[in-house]
Amino acid sequence: MQEIVGMQEIVGMNANETDLLIVGAGPAGMAAAVTARSHGLSVRVVDDQPTPGGQIWRGIETVAATPRLARLGEAYRAGAEKAAAFRACGALYEPDSQLWQIEPGFRAFLTREGQARRVAARAIILATGAQERPAPFPGWTLPGVLTVGAAQILLKTANSVPSSPVWIAGCGPLPLLYMTQLLAAGGTIAGFLDTMPRGRIGAALRHLPQGLGRLGDLAKGLLWSLALKRAGFPIIRHVAELRAAGEGRLESLHYRTQEGREGEVAAEVLLIHEGVVPSIHVPLALGCAVSWHAGQHCYVPELDGWGETSQANVFVAGDGAGIGGAEAAEPRGRIAALRVAARLGRLGEGSADAAARTERARLARALALRPFLDALYAPRPQVFAPVDETLVCRCEEVTAGELRARAVQGRPGPNQIKAFTRAGMGPCQGRQCGYTMAHIIAAAQQRPVGEVGFQRIRPPLKPVTLGELASLDEREPAA
Amino acid sequence: MRPDIIVIGGGTVGAAIAYGLARTRHQVLLLDGDDGDFRAARANFGLVWLQGKGLGMPAYQALTRGSIALWRGFRDELEAEAGIELCYEQNGGLAFCLGEAGFEKRRLELLRLHNQGGEGEPDWEMLDRPALERLLPKVTLGPDVTGASFGRHDGHANPLRLLAALHGALARHGGSLRHRARVERIEPAGRDFRLVLDGETLVAPRIVIAAGLGSPALARQVGLEVPLHPERGQVLVTERLEPFLPLPASGLRQTGEGTVMIGATKEHTGFDASTTADAAARLSRKTVEIVPALAKARLVRQWAGLRIMTPDGYPIYAQSQSHPGAFVALCHSGVTLAAFHAEALAGAIAAGILPESLSPFHQRRFDVPQAA
Amino acid sequence: MFRKLHDPGAQAVTVLIDGQPVIAELGESVAAVLLRQPEAWSRTTPVSQSPRAPYCMMGVCFECLVEVDGLGSVQGCLTPVRNGMRIARQQGPRRLSACRKLSACRKLSA
Repeated sequence: MQEIVGMQEIVGMNANETDLLIVGAGPAGMAAAVTARSHGLSVRVVDDQPTPGGQIWRGIETVAATPRLARLGEAYRAGAEKAAAFRACGALYEPDSQLWQIEPGFRAFLTREGQARRVAARAIILATGAQERPAPFPGWTLPGVLTVGAAQILLKTANSVPSSPVWIAGCGPLPLLYMTQLLAAGGTIAGFLDTMPRGRIGAALRHLPQGLGRLGDLAKGLLWSLALKRAGFPIIRHVAELRAAGEGRLESLHYRTQEGREGEVAAEVLLIHEGVVPSIHVPLALGCAVSWHAGQHCYVPELDGWGETSQANVFVAGDGAGIGGAEAAEPRGRIAALRVAARLGRLGEGSADAAARTERARLARALALRPFLDALYAPRPQVFAPVDETLVCRCEEVTAGELRARAVQGRPGPNQIKAFTRAGMGPCQGRQCGYTMAHIIAAAQQRPVGEVGFQRIRPPLKPVTLGELASLDEREPAA
Repeated sequence: MRPDIIVIGGGTVGAAIAYGLARTRHQVLLLDGDDGDFRAARANFGLVWLQGKGLGMPAYQALTRGSIALWRGFRDELEAEAGIELCYEQNGGLAFCLGEAGFEKRRLELLRLHNQGGEGEPDWEMLDRPALERLLPKVTLGPDVTGASFGRHDGHANPLRLLAALHGALARHGGSLRHRARVERIEPAGRDFRLVLDGETLVAPRIVIAAGLGSPALARQVGLEVPLHPERGQVLVTERLEPFLPLPASGLRQTGEGTVMIGATKEHTGFDASTTADAAARLSRKTVEIVPALAKARLVRQWAGLRIMTPDGYPIYAQSQSHPGAFVALCHSGVTLAAFHAEALAGAIAAGILPESLSPFHQRRFDVPQAA
Repeated sequence: MFRKLHDPGAQAVTVLIDGQPVIAELGESVAAVLLRQPEAWSRTTPVSQSPRAPYCMMGVCFECLVEVDGLGSVQGCLTPVRNGMRIARQQGPRRLSACRKLSACRKLSA
């Protein structure tokens, strides 16, 4: 463990330097900021959104003042006071900021309003949350196909709903929640293509005993399901394969169930969701070790009990540490902040331990139902094995077939395949193709996917203009 | 099947040699390292380049010239065999000059190099700013650009496609390729070499060590001391843009895909292949000095590679005296020299003897003299 | 493709999409406004010129890259609209606009 107490005299303090840099102003980032501030740390929070709240509480400050708040549900409403506490905590909050590189030391580079800057910090908490799991199928790049999460963001931030009855496909709590919210808002649903495979409930039940303390959550899910059934739109179970078609935009949708039942329907908007995965680009770019989480089918950073990664003084909190939802994100954020406060000498080790015990108990409660949910909503196998014609890399337009063909020639790894096919070389930096590519390699080479690894993440984390870069002067402290 | 020749190193150098050997009906096995190894081949800038190269080493000038003369034919065959376009263009290449002094300095450098070779008419010329503007009608040059040197034989290709094509064509000719096959040890065994990998042993009567920075440890086991050091090169690449730069330049080229490559730094930072924002800023500043409109282009990726540098910067081609049948091939111009590696060098290795013309590249030039 | 459930009222602003004036609500994202247009796409790809529209709305798919006030490849889902904002859909690879002086370009990108 690297000792950084006493560095203060050496580095000095200025506006560009704080004790702690928090990346992301969602539940974990805000909770970490509040805790760190309460122990007197100087804190900078950077976030690419214009207002605090992360994805779960997107737009909460605006919506809280409107009647729309009621129909978005209790969990959303809870964000209002969290955002207020965060605003009041005294952290230096920089919204609309794109973080594009972090160098050891730490020096972080960000762009805000077209201006690139460098800031320094002694410790970092990455609270960058999660993204929806890419689930490629033929036609998923057509205008009209969006994620369920995207539609929910449109509802929260722009009060917008699909203009015609919408098809929703997928699996997980989010489609159920969104459909409930959509109906409450006056939207209409053409049908739900439930992609949960047959027999999942049985498989998930063995994880139920440890989640019994969370019966309330289970009841909530059940209520959503019942309400949706009453709404009367078609629900098609065990959908295994999807295909979207149209000239320049989505026009029709074809599905096939596990039992071989097929259907083709006209569609203008299709929303898809196959769960969420931690956002791991920043930890990967920083060289933090990650390992495969078999239950959640994704990589998670290797963390100690405080959320510290294999890189000293780099912490991960929130869904970026493994999917746990907002209730798990907050204690994780506070635990990491306690450790940083202790490291910097603002809090005794004993006090940090005691405070962390309470938070860890909260975390355990929040995660109790997770294994059940993970098993229940595990992605169907087709998500990882799209048919050959599917564009896997949306940016560089590389198909599953091309990746498969490459994967058998000498059994190369993901970086070699990226070099040869350009998959992962576009602006999204593999955020949409990385996992699919790993699964295709694993299947073709008969290796466990966890052993294949993820593409190397290169800077910048977000594309930055050469002009912004050219204006960075390394010799002088940034203004 | 037992291979005739094992090439250690699946980068551009090793792959070109293996491809060349496979074409001459040798049973070739190409061993590539791990996915995360230092890989200069995946960091390459992609120039097929002559101008400015070879000061103090006329043999290198000749070698480069010879390889470039072979490149079109090499490209044609390789593309046909692998079904991959290399995007090779040979319409000449530029080195931009900033300020009057920069222009004059470049002219003198090239003149000195030309006089060293003493061969016929120059194959380069200095272009003043108006001449350069005529050559680049879609580019508005920065105010400090005074002109450029123009090399007639220069060009560029897609280095990743070259590597993919070499791997593909090798297979087409019956050669084998194995990624993630790291050679841990080489044991001379009679006239054969036993290569010890994790969990298995391979045997061949002839081996080629082209393992980049991993080569010294392997070469030592067959009696060859090859002094190498890494030189870091950082490269930037932008989003795809409409074609605007018809010719490649030293440090700035637009690829067939439309991306703009910018680079590369030359840094001595040991075996550290990380990138730095400082380098990105410096490279960006230099680029917008030359083409100001690029200030609005977005950087999509920055990477670093480690060049395989010898003490004099020139290649090493040698056969072991103590262990005949073991060769080393090391250089940092794997793309320019690919045609030479696939043709002449592979032929010589197949014949079992390197020609006298390659003697300036033997690693013994670095040996400390034993006696006066 | 999408419709707004309320009238922006006092929060209404006018933005230009490919030169056409469009009413939007102050602070909502460029991508949200694009999705309400009859032509709901945001760009055509530089690889095959196929049309794409905002997909993730949270900054991880880069399908909503548009030109905003002269600056190219801006993520529309992360950019709140302002009155008078000029938004242009990107078609294929971007063209480098002439820019004589570095200082002018810096100003534009700032």
